[in-house]
Amino acid sequence: MSSSLTIADVERIAALAQLELTTEEKQLFTKQLADILDYARQLQAVETSGVPATAYVLGERVEREDAGRPSLAIDDVVSNAPDPAPAAGLFRVPRVIG
Amino acid sequence: MLQSTAGAIRDDVARGRISAVEICRACLDRTASVNSVLNAFNLVSAERALTQASEIDRRRAAGETLGPLAGVPVALKDNLCVRGVKTTASSRILEHFVPPYDATVVARLTAAGAVVVGKTNCDEFAMGSSNENSAFGPVRNPWAQDRTPGGSSGGSAAAVAARCVPVALGSDTGGSIRQPAAFCGVVGLKPTYGRVSRYGLLAFASSLDQIGPITHTVRDAALALNALAGTDPCDATSSHEPVPDFTAALTGAIKGIRVGVPRAFVTEGVDNGVRTAFDTAIETLRGSGARLVDIDLPHARYAIPVYYLVATAEASSNLARYDGVRYGYRSARDKDQSLQQMYSRTRDEGFGAEVKRRIMLGTYVLSAGYYDAYYLKAQQVRTLLRHDYQRAFETVDVVAMPTSPIPPFKLGEKTDDPLQMYLADVFTVSANLAGLPAISIPCGFSGGNLPIGLQLTGRMFDEATLLRVADAYERVTDWHARAPEVGAI
Repeated sequence: MSSSLTIADVERIAALAQLELTTEEKQLFTKQLADILDYARQLQAVETSGVPATAYVLGERVEREDAGRPSLAIDDVVSNAPDPAPAAGLFRVPRVIG
Repeated sequence: MLQSTAGAIRDDVARGRISAVEICRACLDRTASVNSVLNAFNLVSAERALTQASEIDRRRAAGETLGPLAGVPVALKDNLCVRGVKTTASSRILEHFVPPYDATVVARLTAAGAVVVGKTNCDEFAMGSSNENSAFGPVRNPWAQDRTPGGSSGGSAAAVAARCVPVALGSDTGGSIRQPAAFCGVVGLKPTYGRVSRYGLLAFASSLDQIGPITHTVRDAALALNALAGTDPCDATSSHEPVPDFTAALTGAIKGIRVGVPRAFVTEGVDNGVRTAFDTAIETLRGSGARLVDIDLPHARYAIPVYYLVATAEASSNLARYDGVRYGYRSARDKDQSLQQMYSRTRDEGFGAEVKRRIMLGTYVLSAGYYDAYYLKAQQVRTLLRHDYQRAFETVDVVAMPTSPIPPFKLGEKTDDPLQMYLADVFTVSANLAGLPAISIPCGFSGGNLPIGLQLTGRMFDEATLLRVADAYERVTDWHARAPEVGAI
């Protein structure tokens, strides 16, 4: 499995990650990410058939009652927004429908 | 006074030998005098700190019970939320963010009587090993100002080393408490995964992140852990495991304790000064009654690739929340931009290069066609690495390694080559991948003034044994007592 990346790969990933990269960033990341992925290819040599994946190291099952609890005050919550509409208790975003 | 431990400050305050306000002023003065050189603090909350300190003094005067950290000044890594105090994660995207709530660790320290003096500089979103990824400039190592203090909790380690505060909190995802502690000649403890609540920690990689203390002594680390540890309904990953009094474990008695040494792993690529200091340190442990046992961690050599695939995958998901809608920076490049353009421009302009690189890598390894080959494979090797440690802990009580294969390196030395920077984490990432507690303690100097750390790793939730061994080492050495010359103390 080759991990050599192209600019087109980087553009595809940037779109998935919602990053509008500059031309210089695309070039730099193409090289750097390829280096890192090449290095990571050494994992392919490890025999892992039948080995379970570790996503989380604790076995504890954590559940709580599905009960309502007080939340933060709306004013506090919207106060950090770049474009808040505090009276309405909303965050304003660019127009999404024409 | 600035050389005092947290324990001594608490005793002095409780007995009325000194006021919390006096202590607080001394720390604020010290911070003001060294921060222009070190850049260790993003923000100093002097007024708030003095108000907290006078409240401690009022309580004492009124005969009220004082907490176990009463009057102890603490600094917090700037990725920990404090209500009403700017919290930036050293990122432009959160440059003006003011949290509406306290992180659980902040609430617990405050309840124990600690006084928060400020927020420390760090790598942006805790991503880095040199503190050079901060949007607010790198921190300088108090021992050698042309060198890195380590990262990502570089400001916290530098602040403790420079005697600004006796205790600072850091967060550790792949070594971010231990490596800067090693580089700055102080103690850094990463507790077991789940030991300390992460509520209010700006998340980087949720299966790895832990919060812990950076201190001058092991005893202070134990004292701080007493205040920090325990389950929290606000963090479902915080464990219900009982919390002992960690200071009670510091008996000095380590006769018969088995210290595992993964010889093959700790030999390759290790700086000569580090190797010599490490060999001397484990002999010192043997001299105190410990038994050295050779162990093998066959998958530890894969820990770096596993870590950088798992951590970046989780980071790409966690950092999706920074979109210019609810908090933080929003791109204003074009007032008629679409929602999609607003998202992607905000993120490109708001995040620094390393954060973008990791988001890109994480997105790639989770994307269709690559998930099995990279992300799933890394999670499977993570399991094998955990098994290595489980097997090792059948025959040993702690595992010893250098904290870092190299002493503090020069600022700018590794910034052009991310992979070289990642390789510096070779000895620290395993503890996070396996969830184990680990501590770095000062064990010598390379080239005269560059601190070296000894790392000890313990069994899950067995910080007590870990701290006991570390404290026993500290009792017979004086590396931890040395202070760098940064201005006059």
